Amino acid sequence: MSDYYEELEELLRSASVPQSSQPQEKIAPWGETRIVGKPLPRVDAYEKVSGAGQYTYDIHLPGMLYAAILRCPHAHAMVKGVDTSAAETMPGVVAVLTGKSPGADIPWYGSRTPSKLFDPHCRYEGDEIAAVAARTSYQARDAVKAIKVQYEQLPFVIDQESALKPGAPKIHESGNSAGEPRVTSRRGDVAKGFAEADVALEETFYTNFQIHVPMEAHGSVVSWDGDKVTIWDSTQGVYDAVLMPFAQTMGVPMNKVRVICRYFGGGFGSKLELGKYTVIAALLARRTGRPVKLMLSREETLLAAGNRPDARMTLKAGVKKDGTLTALQLTSIGAAGAYSAGTGVGWQVGELYKCLNVLVTESTFYINAGRARAFRAPGFPAGNWCLEQMMDMLAERIGMDPVEFRLKNLTEVSQSRNVPYTSTGLKQCLIEGSKAFGWKEARAARKSDSHIKRGFGLAAGMWQAGSGGPPYTAEVRMFMDGGVTIKTGALDLGTGTKTVACMVAAEELGIPLENIRIENADTAVTPYAQTSGGSMTLPGLTPAVRRGAWLLKRQLFGWASEALGVPAEDLEINNNSIVSRSSPDKKRTMQELMRAHQVNEVIGIGNRDPNPANRAINPFGAHFAEVEVNTKTGEVKVVRLLGANESGRVINRKTFDNQVHGGMTMGLGYALTEKRVLDRQTGKMCNLNFHDYKVPTALDVPVDHQVIAIDPKDTECNIVGCKGLGEPAHVPAASAIANAIYDAIGVRPTHGPIDPKMILELLSKKKRG
Amino acid sequence: MPEDPEDKCCRSDHGISRRDFMSSVGVGAVAAVSIGNAPAAPAQEIEAVSNVLTVNLRINGSLRKITVEPRWTLLYVLREFLGLTGTKIGCERGECGACTVLIDGMARYACMTLAVEAQGHEITTIEGLMDGEKLGPVQQAFAEEDAFQCGFCTPGQIMAVEGLLRQNPNPTIDQVRIGISGNLCRCAAYQHIFKAAAKAAELRAKGGQA
Repeated sequence: MSDYYEELEELLRSASVPQSSQPQEKIAPWGETRIVGKPLPRVDAYEKVSGAGQYTYDIHLPGMLYAAILRCPHAHAMVKGVDTSAAETMPGVVAVLTGKSPGADIPWYGSRTPSKLFDPHCRYEGDEIAAVAARTSYQARDAVKAIKVQYEQLPFVIDQESALKPGAPKIHESGNSAGEPRVTSRRGDVAKGFAEADVALEETFYTNFQIHVPMEAHGSVVSWDGDKVTIWDSTQGVYDAVLMPFAQTMGVPMNKVRVICRYFGGGFGSKLELGKYTVIAALLARRTGRPVKLMLSREETLLAAGNRPDARMTLKAGVKKDGTLTALQLTSIGAAGAYSAGTGVGWQVGELYKCLNVLVTESTFYINAGRARAFRAPGFPAGNWCLEQMMDMLAERIGMDPVEFRLKNLTEVSQSRNVPYTSTGLKQCLIEGSKAFGWKEARAARKSDSHIKRGFGLAAGMWQAGSGGPPYTAEVRMFMDGGVTIKTGALDLGTGTKTVACMVAAEELGIPLENIRIENADTAVTPYAQTSGGSMTLPGLTPAVRRGAWLLKRQLFGWASEALGVPAEDLEINNNSIVSRSSPDKKRTMQELMRAHQVNEVIGIGNRDPNPANRAINPFGAHFAEVEVNTKTGEVKVVRLLGANESGRVINRKTFDNQVHGGMTMGLGYALTEKRVLDRQTGKMCNLNFHDYKVPTALDVPVDHQVIAIDPKDTECNIVGCKGLGEPAHVPAASAIANAIYDAIGVRPTHGPIDPKMILELLSKKKRG
Repeated sequence: MPEDPEDKCCRSDHGISRRDFMSSVGVGAVAAVSIGNAPAAPAQEIEAVSNVLTVNLRINGSLRKITVEPRWTLLYVLREFLGLTGTKIGCERGECGACTVLIDGMARYACMTLAVEAQGHEITTIEGLMDGEKLGPVQQAFAEEDAFQCGFCTPGQIMAVEGLLRQNPNPTIDQVRIGISGNLCRCAAYQHIFKAAAKAAELRAKGGQA
């Protein structure tokens, strides 16, 4: 399988996004907007609150069977035999699939860590061994338990120390290291930089594994009709993530594969690639001649559906007394899990602040545990954790305010690519954010004398992608009564993609939002869109929608101009007519215009324009946190959060705020509670449920959570002026909380998550000196 | 002494809070984790659990007669046999709240309620809050306040707020937070859910008119 994470990383590391579209006629930026920028409810709100929206989990087809997967219960084992005879005769069981079944010998996980759909060499607790299709989900699960497997258990490794020591049990033939440490950023001469520094500090930081756990589990419903196949998949991308790799894997032509995901219950990066579950469901469906539904259980999503890899990061930084950064040197290592995945974290170290001398060296190793996948800004919250805590450490040493120190080191040039940003609102995020947060007053106030200590922290951050780019195609179709339907292959992950697409079309056409409907993410019906990830959908898709609406309008206005004898610039759409602004009695209905040209609809096909050459397009943000630390129990309460984010033009202020709230809350979980716990005795995962894997609840988030939207009026990035938000809304939040905890207790929590035990350990270490 | 907000918002007449309910079910589901490791069950045991019985369930005001296995959950029956897929599956072990329905007006996890247990009780699902195609006040408030992202946990959140407001029409924000604390939202739209709960209380007071 292609490794989306690594492909994305490679794509993003290169200076520019590949440009395929031809240059198109220029469209001027909007002046004052009527709809864009307003806080509006979503266009699919009704479906979501009524329960009518059909998610993959809700698809029910006549004769449909239910599948379940048998997974290896050991951290490392060789399968010596699989006996399915008991399972096959159980009530309701229709088919059992193993690696020996026809068509099931499928390679997986790429060339670096070659494996199979059902690999007898099980490299982690959760590797797939067999699957069952039965009439009910209960029967499928019963049958899975009845499959007898002979295992030869192998010694396992679950951490850096055991994985990389000489003679360690090998997970892959090539060993447990993914290669020599890679230099991922190099600029100037760090030795020279440290020699110039007045203060040089070095610290080792650690961030734990975080698991996506979207509320809708991963899964598919697959139905064959002869050589044609329809797949309902809980996926972030119907084209790149499912249709194309599925066609390739199964040897089916792309036009015979239809993939649908109209409502989607969350992914956060874990649904960017073709799942084994999809292929297993397809094999079972073909074998039984019946549709098959295969949804993972909650335990399986925690075990075998991806995670954010951990990171051990040693960061050395040099600064002059006046606050000038002289050198940054990062060495990081992360565990990819049992199969190939990216673990890089260092990009912000070479990019966020002006620094002439930078060296980042990164490496990856394998352990007998679930494989990492892209997770909301892959590598960035971890890299931010070390960089932004180090920035506070430096500021303290040279006696500078953390906001001032960051402001002093800002840059308007992308140092990694050596080109200017189209816009950077980081300065405004820091200034406006600290003003609204009351930063100066809060930091100057005396700390409490009780055992509850109050602290205030901030962190800045950015995201490597967030520009979007071609290819994206949007179809904007007008009926003869003036109603409009947009078609796009793009997923709405819950970010509000459908809503902003409709708002952009309404703005361009000058019609009410209610007159627009959108249909999305069905490869048989909707045009190509990239997978929704990397905060690239909004800036990738909406310019294509604007282009489509603009072309549609140009066609209609051209006809009307000819018919009415007025210039096209004088025309506007009013209800179902095109009317002259200067003499409103001059008008034609859409129906008249369309009939005159022998059509019953007009369609504008919008393609995404290329991004500007020699420019970097990135979103930025600064997050602020206020915490209370109970020094007796070690509990941390986040009492206030503030997010100031700059992602270009704000299309919808409601969904913008929602995204910042959500991103920062996920950062709260990363900072305080979320981690993967592996048992040292068995290598098995201990916290396979929501009781023990703790995601933030309504009681963990502060009621006071302000959002500030900085609009840099970027007219250069694309014809809508927007950049991505989902990831930069998440990146600095955890670091801000860590810095606030330091402010409260005076000991630096370098290792995450910062649970009560860790706080108490830090405090007792401080007491001992 | 400050009033415990849970007293007002989450305690049923029988004295079981949702929190107690959650902690009481934590153990039962552990067995499900050992998938693939368990020995095959003897054939007669499998036969025994596939025994069926008939239950009468009162759902959204209408009586439904249905044949079930004793182990089938209310969640399973609602979704698979009655087509009420507004109630979502999130964890199937009483931890996430995606399957929240009202049982006799109380917010309950349908995944932790057996279909046979639900007999004799009034069950309301998200579909039951609608008046034809018209949204109920809590649904309306969620739509207006953008109180969701992906929307998968949303029916459960709405039922939790509905259950809360039926017991306490004017909850404080802390009572709202406790009222939905058994409903996870991984997108974390909590801030807007808090707003929606307040708005819903307002709409209900006005007789459900937006």
